Amino acid sequence: MADISLHAVTKRFGDNEVLHPLDVAIGDGEFVVMVGPSGCGKSTLLRIIAGLEEATTGEVRIGGRRVNEVEPKDRNIAMVFQNYALYPHMSVRDNMAYGLKIRKLPSAEIDARVERAAGILELGPYLARKPRELSGGQRQRVAMGRAIVREPAAFLFDEPLSNLDAKLRVQMRLEIQKLHRSLGTTSVFVTHDQVEAMTLADRMLVMNAGTVEQVGAPLTVYDDPASTFVAGFIGSPAMNLVPGRRVGDGVEVGSGLEFPLPEALRSTARAAVTVGVRPEHLVVSSAGSVAGPALAFRVDSVESLGADSLLHGSAAGASFVVRVDGHQAPQPGASLTLSPKPGRVYFFDTPSGRRLAG
Amino acid sequence: MEKRVVFRSSWLPYLLVAPQIAITVVFFFWPAFQAVFYSFFLQDAFGTQSQFVGLANFAELFRSESYLNSIRVTAVFSTLVTVMGLAVALALAVAADGILRGALAYKTLLIWPYAVASAVAGVLFAFLFAPSVGIISYVLRGMGVDWNWVLRGEQAMLLVVIATVWKQISYNFLFFLAGLQAIPRSLIEAAAIDGAGPVRRFWTIVFPLLSPTTFFLLVVNIVHAFFDTFGVIDATTQGGPAGATQILVYKVYYDGVKAADLGGSSAQSVVLMAIVIALTVVQFRYIERRVQY
Repeated sequence: MADISLHAVTKRFGDNEVLHPLDVAIGDGEFVVMVGPSGCGKSTLLRIIAGLEEATTGEVRIGGRRVNEVEPKDRNIAMVFQNYALYPHMSVRDNMAYGLKIRKLPSAEIDARVERAAGILELGPYLARKPRELSGGQRQRVAMGRAIVREPAAFLFDEPLSNLDAKLRVQMRLEIQKLHRSLGTTSVFVTHDQVEAMTLADRMLVMNAGTVEQVGAPLTVYDDPASTFVAGFIGSPAMNLVPGRRVGDGVEVGSGLEFPLPEALRSTARAAVTVGVRPEHLVVSSAGSVAGPALAFRVDSVESLGADSLLHGSAAGASFVVRVDGHQAPQPGASLTLSPKPGRVYFFDTPSGRRLAG
Repeated sequence: MEKRVVFRSSWLPYLLVAPQIAITVVFFFWPAFQAVFYSFFLQDAFGTQSQFVGLANFAELFRSESYLNSIRVTAVFSTLVTVMGLAVALALAVAADGILRGALAYKTLLIWPYAVASAVAGVLFAFLFAPSVGIISYVLRGMGVDWNWVLRGEQAMLLVVIATVWKQISYNFLFFLAGLQAIPRSLIEAAAIDGAGPVRRFWTIVFPLLSPTTFFLLVVNIVHAFFDTFGVIDATTQGGPAGATQILVYKVYYDGVKAADLGGSSAQSVVLMAIVIALTVVQFRYIERRVQY
């Protein structure tokens, strides 16, 4: 096991800088998820750690050792690919044993490790089969087995669940979690799915356009998004982000809806401020009983998800989404009074997208 | 999904395939039938009389030292052509697959020789290697090699093999390159992370995954060496010296046209036909099975 650190790493393809200078520190045994939309550079970053891609500048260290010039095979890492990358002409057993045979382990040791991994992943009955005779979920497990048997310093996962159907994805997510708990190996997991990031990560790295927007534990990122990008990307459905204007000690949104600025932010807020409220933090209340801003909300459409319903509509000319209990959804056309939960309104500087800090 | 055109008229579909059928019948079935037919007859030197002799032509063939020699020559020739053609093409394809800059120019140049007719390639190499005026002969002599394929059988063989391989490499190269490009990059990367170096990756991952392509090319190249090399031989050695490059298909022509032994030549064609049928069966049987690893 080992820690991984990236120092001032950049990556350029021709004139196109896809990773801007990055500093990332991943602790020993930590499960870190790199999450972001496609093209944000997260896979490139993972491939730089694996050694499949060279960093243009900067330094990569695994277990304290500089590995920029070290071949992938000598970095003592294992990688799980999105398309599994199983060797189609080899049986499950040979797929898992391939790396061990190359490392010239004694065959008894190879057998023991393969059996153990097969036991953990419930692949025992399939060891003699070829990959094409397996289902998607089983192939995924073989790919993980191939990583486990190596007993590497770190696991690198490159969107390993995105080829699975929704149900299997949930199941594999839990298995990866369980596996990490029992093995405790440093893991770096790349995904574009914020649910995977929230559920798997000890810490997550939210990436956008080649930079790290925010690093933190999932709930910290959810509670304290550092920018409008993070606020919109983490959490489902996405946070309501409404551009507004600074008016005295508050921010005016739409036509006349005013959110009071906390005292600490009054000195930093400039003319253009974006107001953010999560759909689950807007509460239906009866008119007149509201202490803070009251939104006169008109429901345009309702999406029923079973446990919850999402109300799409507008207040003071600005669009909002509100999450309510599944069985208490009003009809389209209804009017409600909404108020944000105290302390759950976020203010961002509109031009930069950064969260206002006191 | 099944896509099928349904014709209302009963004769139109037959009319539409008639040209193809006519060509096949006139240029394939009819000569093939004639070859089988004549292989049972013995004719006099002027072609005026023929006499039914049963399988005597075949029996004569396999007793004839020159025919047995031709079988040996063909075996050596086709083995050399196939092995060299596949090995060189695979090496070039692996190299072409790896380069990034100028890949298109490189590939185009490698594919060019395929557009050259066999006979032209033969003439080209005959000139390059001509004992008296050829530029390569000049270089070889400068290096102390006694180069004279007009007299030396093994050098004549080398010449026709080189000429054939040179032309065949383009074809093999194309298939190998396509095969290589069909192997997902992530497989190679996974093997690299698993600890395999480039040579090991090639032999344990790339080569086995190319096996359907290799097998297909193996059969195609054998067939090519057996049947499509008439032009090269005729333009260079004409089977000589002393039958050293007289492969079976050239001997069919030589015995039938030059030596006017129509019956014996027909019997040889029938044997060749049997070989090509066998090769085709092997190809279909095995390719169907080997395609999915």
